[in-house]
This record gives sequence, C-alpha cells and structure tokens, in this order.
Amino acid sequence: MQSGLERSTTTHELPVSQQPEVDYVRVRFAGDSGDGIQMTGTRLAESAARFGNDIATFPDFPADIRAPSGTIYGVSAYSLNIGHTEVDTFGDETDALVALNPAALRKYLEGVKQNGLLIIDIDAFTERAITKAGFSANPLEDGSLSSFRVLPLEITSNTEKALKETGLSAKDARRSKNMWTLGLVLWLFERSTADVEHWIEQKFHKKPDVAKANIMALQAGHLYGEVSDLPPDVSRYRIQPAPLMEGEYRSINGNEGMAYGLYAGATLANLELFYGSYPITPASPLLHTVAKLKELGAISFQAEDEIAAICAAIGASYAGHLGVTGSSGPGIALKTEAIGLAIMTELPLVIVNVQRGGPSTGLPTKTEQSDLFQAIWGRNGDAPLPVIAPAHPGECFDMGVEAAKLATRHMTPLMVLSDGYIANASAPWKLPDFNDPAYEPFPVEQAKEPEGFLPYDHDPDTMARPWAVPGTADLMHRIGGLEKQAGSGNISYDGENHQLMTQIRAQKLDAIAKSIPPQHVESGPTTGKLAILGWGSSWGPIRVAARRAELEGKSVSHIHLRHLWPLPSNLEELLSGYDRVIIPEMNNGQLATVLRSQMDIKVESVSCVKGRPFLVREIAKIIEDALGASS
Amino acid sequence: MTDLKPKDFASSLDVRWCPGCGDYAVLKSLHKMLADTGAKLEDTLCVSGIGCSSRLPYYMATYGFHTIHGRAPAIASGAKLANPELDVWVFTGDGDGLSIGGNHLLHALRRNLDMQIVLFNNQIYGLTKGQYSPTSQKGMRTPSSPGGTVEMPLNPARFAIGAGSKFIARSIDTQAKVLGPILQAARDFDGTAFVEVLQNCVIFNDGVFDHLKDKKQGPDHTIVVEHGQPMVFGVNKDKGIRVKPGGFVLDIVSLEADGVTEADLLVHDETNHALAVALAELGEKDGEPTVLGILFREQATEFGAASRIGLPEKPLSMNEKLIHLSATLRASETWDVGEDAA
Repeated sequence: MQSGLERSTTTHELPVSQQPEVDYVRVRFAGDSGDGIQMTGTRLAESAARFGNDIATFPDFPADIRAPSGTIYGVSAYSLNIGHTEVDTFGDETDALVALNPAALRKYLEGVKQNGLLIIDIDAFTERAITKAGFSANPLEDGSLSSFRVLPLEITSNTEKALKETGLSAKDARRSKNMWTLGLVLWLFERSTADVEHWIEQKFHKKPDVAKANIMALQAGHLYGEVSDLPPDVSRYRIQPAPLMEGEYRSINGNEGMAYGLYAGATLANLELFYGSYPITPASPLLHTVAKLKELGAISFQAEDEIAAICAAIGASYAGHLGVTGSSGPGIALKTEAIGLAIMTELPLVIVNVQRGGPSTGLPTKTEQSDLFQAIWGRNGDAPLPVIAPAHPGECFDMGVEAAKLATRHMTPLMVLSDGYIANASAPWKLPDFNDPAYEPFPVEQAKEPEGFLPYDHDPDTMARPWAVPGTADLMHRIGGLEKQAGSGNISYDGENHQLMTQIRAQKLDAIAKSIPPQHVESGPTTGKLAILGWGSSWGPIRVAARRAELEGKSVSHIHLRHLWPLPSNLEELLSGYDRVIIPEMNNGQLATVLRSQMDIKVESVSCVKGRPFLVREIAKIIEDALGASS
Repeated sequence: MTDLKPKDFASSLDVRWCPGCGDYAVLKSLHKMLADTGAKLEDTLCVSGIGCSSRLPYYMATYGFHTIHGRAPAIASGAKLANPELDVWVFTGDGDGLSIGGNHLLHALRRNLDMQIVLFNNQIYGLTKGQYSPTSQKGMRTPSSPGGTVEMPLNPARFAIGAGSKFIARSIDTQAKVLGPILQAARDFDGTAFVEVLQNCVIFNDGVFDHLKDKKQGPDHTIVVEHGQPMVFGVNKDKGIRVKPGGFVLDIVSLEADGVTEADLLVHDETNHALAVALAELGEKDGEPTVLGILFREQATEFGAASRIGLPEKPLSMNEKLIHLSATLRASETWDVGEDAA
C-alpha cells in the first residue's frame, strides 16, 4: 500500500496481484480466543513486512472478552495476505487455513478455496470438542474435507514434547502451541525464525523462562517442517519481496496511524494536542495511543461519558489547544449536541468516528461505513461540518494531519470517518519525513491585538474567526451556543443576522472546497465507460478489482473520495466523463444519496452490509455486469 | 495597571434577569470578591450551562463560555486542563447541575480539579417556565405536576459529599456577608469547590427561602458554621447543636431550657466528613436549622497537578516534538527498502 493523502500524488505503483500462491498467499490463523491467535498473526505479518512483502491483514475477534472455549462464537482469527505484488485486501478466499480447534475449522472452512491447505491440530479434535463445534461426525474422518489438502498435525503434543526439558507443566507448555504453529508456517514461507525470536526476547525480557519456552516451541515447529516427511501435495510458498518505494518502513494499523497523525497535525499547527475520549469499540486504541504520547506533551483525558469527552475537548480548544475526541457511531450520536456547539462557537475540533455496524449498539466489532449521513447531516439546525475519510491504514497518519490543518485554518469542527477495518488492519507504512513539503508547518496565529478585535469577524478567504484564547489581555469576550451577532459575537435573535450567520457557516465549507485538492483518478482513464466510486475502506477491494479489469483491457476507472464534505469542486465534471458511475458502499447507499442531492449525475448504488469489507470478486462482478465479460 | 473595581468586572450588556431575582445579588457578591482579591479579567473564565443562572457569564467582563445544558463542568475541565493558569468558575443551577448534568457534576467533584462550581438552587425550572426540579419540595404543584410532585428532592450538599467533594459550602443569595467570604474561600481552595446558593426565583417559586432569609426570624432557622467555633444559633443565640447523648445523631437544643451549656455543643470541624454529612441534612425536618457556611473542606490531591505528572517540564518546541515523534514511530520494528535491501 502507498501512504498518504498529500504524498499519494506521487504514487509508486506496485504490480497488480493476479495469481494466488504465486503473486500472493492468503493465510488465516483461527483458534480459541485464548490461543494467542492475534499475536501469531501479527508476528507473521511483521515478519513478512520486514522481508519486504506487501501485506494486508484483517483481525477478526469476538466481541466477548473470554467467550467459552471451544465454541464457534469464541473463535478468534487473523487473516493475512502476503504478496510480492500489491495486496490491498486480506483476500476473498483463504489459500491456507490454520485451525487450532474444531470450532475454528467449522467457522472458517467455507472461506478456504478448493484444494486449499488445511493445517489442523488433531490433538484438539476430541469427541467433545467436535460436538461442541456442531459437527455431527469427526470431519477428519468422514471424508468431508476431501476437496482440500489436509495436513493433520499433533501440534499440542509436539509442543509439549519440545518443551519437556524446560520443566514447565504440560499446561504451561501447551500455551506455546501458537509459537510452534508459527514456526511451521514460517518454514512454509521459507522464512527464518530470527525476527520472531528477537521479538520474543524483547517482549518477555522480564520473564526469561517464558521467552525461552516460546523460542523453543517456535524453533521446534520450524524444524518439524524441515525434517518431517510432509505429504507431497504440501509445497512451500515462495513469495519474493515486493518492489516497494525506497525508504524506511514499519507496519501500522489505522488507529495507531490516526493517533500519531493527530499529534503530528497539532504539532505542525504549533499547538498542544488534547484528546478527550470515553472507551468504545473500535476506537479505544486511539485513546491508548495518545496516552502513551504524554512525554511528548499530548494530554489525554478519559472522561465520564461521550458527552463530557467532546465537551472537554471543546473546552481545551477554547483555551488554545487542538481539542480532539474519538468514538464510534453510538458515541458520536451522544456527542451530537456538543458538535453543534463547536459549530456555533467556530472552534477548531477534530472528531474521529471509527465506524462500526449500526444502528444503535449494532455490531461493535464489525466494520461498516454507515455513519456518513450522521456525519454530514446529523445535527439540529443548519450545521455544516467538513468530513474527510482515510482509504486505508497507511493513509490515517496523513489524514490526522489534514484534519488538524483544515480545523485550525478554517476554525471549524471536522469529522474524520475511519472504520473498524481500517482501524485494526495493518500494512507496511513508509515512515514520514518531516522535511517533505507535505509536512510544511501551518502554525496557528492566535489573536493578540486588541485594536479592532471582533470575535466574530471572518477572514474572507478562510471564513475563520479570530481565535482569542482566555489569558490574553484585553480580548475578553463571551461565546456560547446562542446565535451570535456577526462581528461582536453578542447574543442576537435578529432574523436578518441569523440569515447572515447561517450563510457564513455555509461559506466556511465553500472556503474549504476551494482549498482542497481536485479529485484525481486512482486508476484507469479520466473519462470512459465506467467509474467505480468509493470512499473509506472499500478502497482495497475496488483497487484490486479495477486494476485487474484494466489489465484485461476493460475501460474501468477507480475514483476514491477522501474529502466527502465539502466535495471536491471538480467532482461533478469528472464523473460526467463516464457513461456509468457505480458506488459500492458498506451501507445502504448513503454516498449515492448524497451525490444525487448535490449533482446532476446518475449514480448507481451497490450495498454490502455484512460486517466485513467487500470482496474483490464482488467488485469484479459489478464491473463485469456493467461492462460485459469481454468489453 | 490600576486595581479593578467591582463594576469593572461587569460586562457592558444589560442584565436581563427578572426584577427582584436572587441572581443579581450573587453577581454583585462575585464582582466585589473578584475586585477585592485582585483578580485579573483576562485570567478569569466563567463557564455555564443552560438556565437562568447560566446567563451569568454574559454579565462578566472576563472570558466566558455559555455552553449547553448540563455540560459546563466538562467544558470547564477541558479548559482548565489545557491552561492551569486560568481561574475557572462554573455557574449552574439545580436543573442544569443536578438533573441533566448530574453525571458531569458528580465526576467533576470526584476528580477535584482546581475550579469553583456555584450552583444556584431555586428549587424550580425558571427558564422553561416553572416545572418542578430535582430539588423541588415534595408535593409541589407545578405545570408538570398539577397534582403535586411525588419525587423525593435531592439535597445538593449531600450529593456533593457523596460524590467525594473536598469543599462544600452553602449560602443564601442575598446574604453577602456569608456569600462573599465563601466565594473567596472557594477561589482559594486548591481543588473543586462546590458552593450551593439558595436563590429565590421571584416568578415561579417566590418566597421558598423566606423563612431562612427573614431578618427577624431567619436566625432561628439557619446556622452559619465556622471552623473551630461552637454551633450556636438563633435570634437570641440561645440554640445550639450537639451530639445526642448515646446516639450518633445531631440534637437541636435550647441552651436555657434543656440545661445545656455552650461547652456541651459541637465545635465545627470542617475536616470531619461524618459531621459534614449530618450538617448537610439538617434543615430537612421542622425545627432544624439549615446550615450555611463552609460545611466541609479538606485538602486532597488536585487533579490537574496529578494529571500533569509525566508531561514535559516545559512545553516542547515544534522541532523537538517532531524529533520525539520520529523516534516514537521508530520504537516499533522498522526496516529499509532500497536498492541494497531489495
């Protein structure tokens, strides 16, 4: 994946991924919540990224903290796509499934491709566990896995055996079975265990016994691959490094990227960051990440509720910091009244919505992009609010910077629409170089001069009002949620003034529309038969499907919106250059409805609200249906 | 710079409370106290929610933020955390602070961030035209309780104690001699100071505190407590409060009739938590005085200072921050892609 909002203008394109198990391999680890699946997946992802592969990941864990073991709903999984080509999704199908218990096999078998590889811990396939998973008979024995390549291994007992000399109890030894599995999978990918060993040493440096056991298990799994006679249909994967742009990389997920980006944005604005939040899935890691930036001057505040979280951020902004609050849809709903206050008082404020399935509490751990209406229109009164959205994890950092820039330059609250997939998925990320012009500082000038000071005087270019911070001599003034007299900011119930102020708040968005970059085309021609238009995390599947179709000679373009409100000023003109515009969305057609209200263009909507991102083949089908198989 | 006078703390706006409203008196006491203490306009921030009392920031020449219903403590907390140098005041009412904003008030009191919360308790919703509030007396007939309210009223001071407040005081709106020093002590307190003002709504609940305010009979129904002083009250200074012998309750006694002397009376200890609970509840039954003054005051960890531990000792420059951020981003595993690496 490429990084960056500003940086994306100099895109370095990786080849399109086409051949599974040649260009890329999709592997999924699945097991009980307590099996260490997320750690195993993350380690393989890091290791692959370090090797130079492009990766895309998808952690899929239950909402329950410790669901009963052996149940379907207690299964935790980590999907990972490893490529020497560009991989933008975790994959429609699985090439190799590692199932550490019957429930994991039952839950994820459906996603495994024909003739795909199943690595199974047969020690976990007791009669009781098989029944608990809902199988009527042992799937290893009843022939139901005949269309797959099955590698049945005694993972648990092999782990116990490998750790026998450590003196650990069998129970403690079994806890390292995920590392044994990882060792085997690393062998399968022709990778050494060195990176993971190094990580284990660091992670458990205070518990050398645990570190030693995990490393021994890891090595034992790797050695098992090396010396055992595996079935002839099990062959190793040879995925070369991807030709990524030169530079220094790390892997990052969307929540981390966003938190760091917001800090960078506040810094480039020459402000301190204040993050007010209340824990909510899947936004909480934003709070955790900012909390760790305290030594860097970032203030985080865990408030008593969602309302207090945004109100504290508004108070901090009033006092001269960059106030930020983050949540997910239900929390944003609670913050709504305060967002209106920030609009009325024209204070800079960033609201991050890490979307999840709704309405109401909805699907806390499942992704969706159905809060677009809420973001654009979900307030009382005419209450315009700019809305931007990152397309993938590697873009979140730059989106945090962009949010800070727009909010401070125009003196406005702003909403960033991330989602559960972007938040949790990780990808290789080229570390930012702060000498890059994309990170040109945009220091805020707070008001100091009493001569001619009017708190509700507006800059004609940006429509920003002066930001006079308490503590500044001779600029004392009062603000609040009641309508303001233009200029003085005193309370005004005058109708003509309300008309004027309503226009001023709308013109703020007009000013933003002028300052944001024109909409570009992600891939494909700038006019043609078909444009697939997306926003947010549908980026990956659309990109893969559109580029593959283009290689097949189809006229299809991918256009992806980062600025959702106001819309880029050239968007209508750009879209009018295509015969058809189709919008696949993880909601019931919200962007399509927004666009229909804003421009005289026919757009078609395709909806998918299944708690997961679109599959590449679903987008490919949209393209095929629109153009015909051979056009 | 010359010293500011009380009138210098008044903004240029016309005050638009109803004629005779108790809020005028509180505003006047506030102006006077701020002038007397040498407060600066630019360093004073008044934050309020919604309701009659919450209009107060507009009548101050300081910085002011008239926010949304019940949320003033949260907004004030954010401002104070961002700039600890500010002298932050929250003005709220019985509806704003105890009904719609009860949660924020509770947590503000518990945290003990250095600010003052002044709650105007008029036992009624004024700005929405006279519905009963969480402090309205049981049985009160209002447009929303034509048959009389059946709810148990909330006692603000007792709520504050329950929330863990470290400074709890109560005054009557028009008693400047009691209110002025309380406001000063609240400002001086390093933590969240909670001040309940019994305030008369001249339109919808007129006279509800008359028996306490009455120049002649009022002293029989109120006691102003002072740390270290015996609890004597009454028009003739002939009543007192003691601990009932053999019990864990307060006893209202008559100094002459009951054969009790001043030596038998309680001496106010504002650091005594159990006493504060008992004092807060006095006045709920006939024959008991309503307790005014500083009911409870105890120094404790101030939230702002505690939460700043770990921040850089002085603000970092933009360049320093970017250097630190670069290092933080590289604290996780990184790798190079380049001609050599590829």
